[in-house]
Amino acid sequence: MNTLTDRPTPDAPVLPRRSLLSRLTPNLETLPTLAAVVIFIGMVVYGEIAYGRIVQASTISNLLINNAYLIILAVGLTFVILTGGVDLSVGAIIAISSLIGVMLANSGWNPIAVMVIMILIGSAFGVFSGVLVQYFNVQPFIATLAMMFLGRGLASMLSTTPERLADDSPIRSLSTEWKVIDGPKINDLITTPNVLIALLVVAAAFVVLHKTRLGRTVYAIGGSEQSALLMGLPVVRTKLMVYVISGTLAGLAAVVYTSKLGIAQNITGVGWELDAIAAVIIGGTLLTGGAGFVLGSVVGALVLGLMNVLITRDGSIPPEATTIITGGILLVFVLLQRLVVSRKRKT
Amino acid sequence: MVHQPYIWAIVTLLLLLVINLIKDPGYLGISVNGTTGNLSGNPIDILRASAPIMMIAVGMTLVIATRGIDLSVGSVMAVSGAVSMEFMSNQSGGDAGSAIVAALLALAVSAFLGTVNGVLVSIVGLQPFITTLITMLAGRGLAKVITSGQNTSATNEPFRWLANGTVFGFPVVFIIAGVIVAIVAFLVRRTALGLMIESIGINPRAARMAGIRPIGILIAVYIVSAVLAGVAGIFSTASVMTVEVAKTGLNAEMDAILAVVIGGTSLAGGKFSLTGSVIGALLIATLDKTIVFLSIPSSATPAFKAVVIVIICLLQSQRVRALFARRKSRTTPTASVPTRKETVSA
Repeated sequence: MNTLTDRPTPDAPVLPRRSLLSRLTPNLETLPTLAAVVIFIGMVVYGEIAYGRIVQASTISNLLINNAYLIILAVGLTFVILTGGVDLSVGAIIAISSLIGVMLANSGWNPIAVMVIMILIGSAFGVFSGVLVQYFNVQPFIATLAMMFLGRGLASMLSTTPERLADDSPIRSLSTEWKVIDGPKINDLITTPNVLIALLVVAAAFVVLHKTRLGRTVYAIGGSEQSALLMGLPVVRTKLMVYVISGTLAGLAAVVYTSKLGIAQNITGVGWELDAIAAVIIGGTLLTGGAGFVLGSVVGALVLGLMNVLITRDGSIPPEATTIITGGILLVFVLLQRLVVSRKRKT
Repeated sequence: MVHQPYIWAIVTLLLLLVINLIKDPGYLGISVNGTTGNLSGNPIDILRASAPIMMIAVGMTLVIATRGIDLSVGSVMAVSGAVSMEFMSNQSGGDAGSAIVAALLALAVSAFLGTVNGVLVSIVGLQPFITTLITMLAGRGLAKVITSGQNTSATNEPFRWLANGTVFGFPVVFIIAGVIVAIVAFLVRRTALGLMIESIGINPRAARMAGIRPIGILIAVYIVSAVLAGVAGIFSTASVMTVEVAKTGLNAEMDAILAVVIGGTSLAGGKFSLTGSVIGALLIATLDKTIVFLSIPSSATPAFKAVVIVIICLLQSQRVRALFARRKSRTTPTASVPTRKETVSA
């Protein structure tokens, strides 16, 4: 375990200089993220041995293509959870945003305008949540729960039947499959604009969180809001900002998801907020805020995606049990965090 | 307003009834069926519909009073319904005996889920919100596993009677709900239990130093919440004798939280009002009925509830209250403005 700290931790927040002794002990803050990486690798190895055809280009491509929206959601939620808040409205934002988007596109709107509107719908919900949380002291999960119901209710008012995006709609071009490496048979390394969007979002979030003042403030608020206030950091603006970021990225996830599936419905995205939260927690971000990594959330999202692949391959686990397994994994990681935090207090 | 935090709930309730009366002047009429002696009419329907909401709202009130939250009630309802339906569909008799066993079994499973919540929150020290989010996720899956993903139906007259039957013309569900609420109210208000719950919500550390053991009380509160959710699950599946694993109890946690905050219990924990929550439950049942009555699609109800909950949260917020207090009088400055600052953590 001693070598763990020697690994470069690319996205570690600024840590104080550590003595030789503490360098030799594994860093508690990176432990959950490392656990997620270990679990991911373990799942890949197990899947390869038990079912085969896991470590190959097409499976990895599909994992990314199918989970691009989840990665984007998880990145948005990382910001919110780092400040100690939570955003439960992301699933509902996807429902209303994709529904409005498909309806506008089908009535002949410019596809670029439609996509911009879809993203802005998410931003608007984020602004609402942020104002409620920051200016009116509403607990984050109540405020975003209200937004979730507002979003779903509005989506249900628009339509309760699936709306289909026209087959020749330019929005669908976001899910064009590009062959990067033409492998043997169907084993190609494929990517889509959606995947690139997701990777860009991850890269941007990484830079914002670790290289900018905004990111530093996000970590500071999660560590202690009082201290952040006393240090004169822009707490109000930043807390508002994280909900706007989360909402905007949910809007972007709606674009990505709609372009891939081409169908929008008022029940699209039910429970995705839980998947996204699970991805963030599994990725090692503390639920109480202040510590975590955006790259960890990506690993978390991939763990969940791979879990679905393995369950499908296995076939003996009923699909109904998927949520139990997700819940179980989530519980294990929350317990792990609890352990880490209590250890940290003692030292 | 400080003494009766649920005065606005009563006003809103009356307002909704007036709206209904304007649409149909005979809305509040109650007729007596000559042959069976049953009462029928919209007010009876509202009472019947409010029973499950009342159950989960009362449990939720106690949980929220300890500064917690129980998001798993909807899933517990589904699990409870799934257990009872699955049990009775395997029994051919349909007698009162199997109905009782089914109900007890459902309540036992609910109590188990509540214990899990309580232990994780009190002993392990997890945040209530994430704990119950996990049980919500896993509970819905559990319900689906119990019925193998099917919407199981069963036939059992005594069980059905629980939801659709009447005693002296009154719906049985409402009577049972009333009795349970009375028992809970007696337990928390006639003993020191209520005070202990409130003290944990106001300041857990001070409560512990005052000799209260938070662990036992917290576990008990989550068990009560889950068992009451189990009762609600029995009510809502018994009326149709089918459990819809994906739909039963969906969004019930929202209804319960809404009922509690409408009733004047602060989400920050501490003082609670069971009467307020009961009125809140009646208000939500009326709101549901009104939306259907005004022929608005019922899938749009969450939007209305979201608006209501946002308004109530705004009314509870210090910023708005301070604004009101400043405008109201200058003779009693800041007396009614709470100055607790640490209440915002999720």
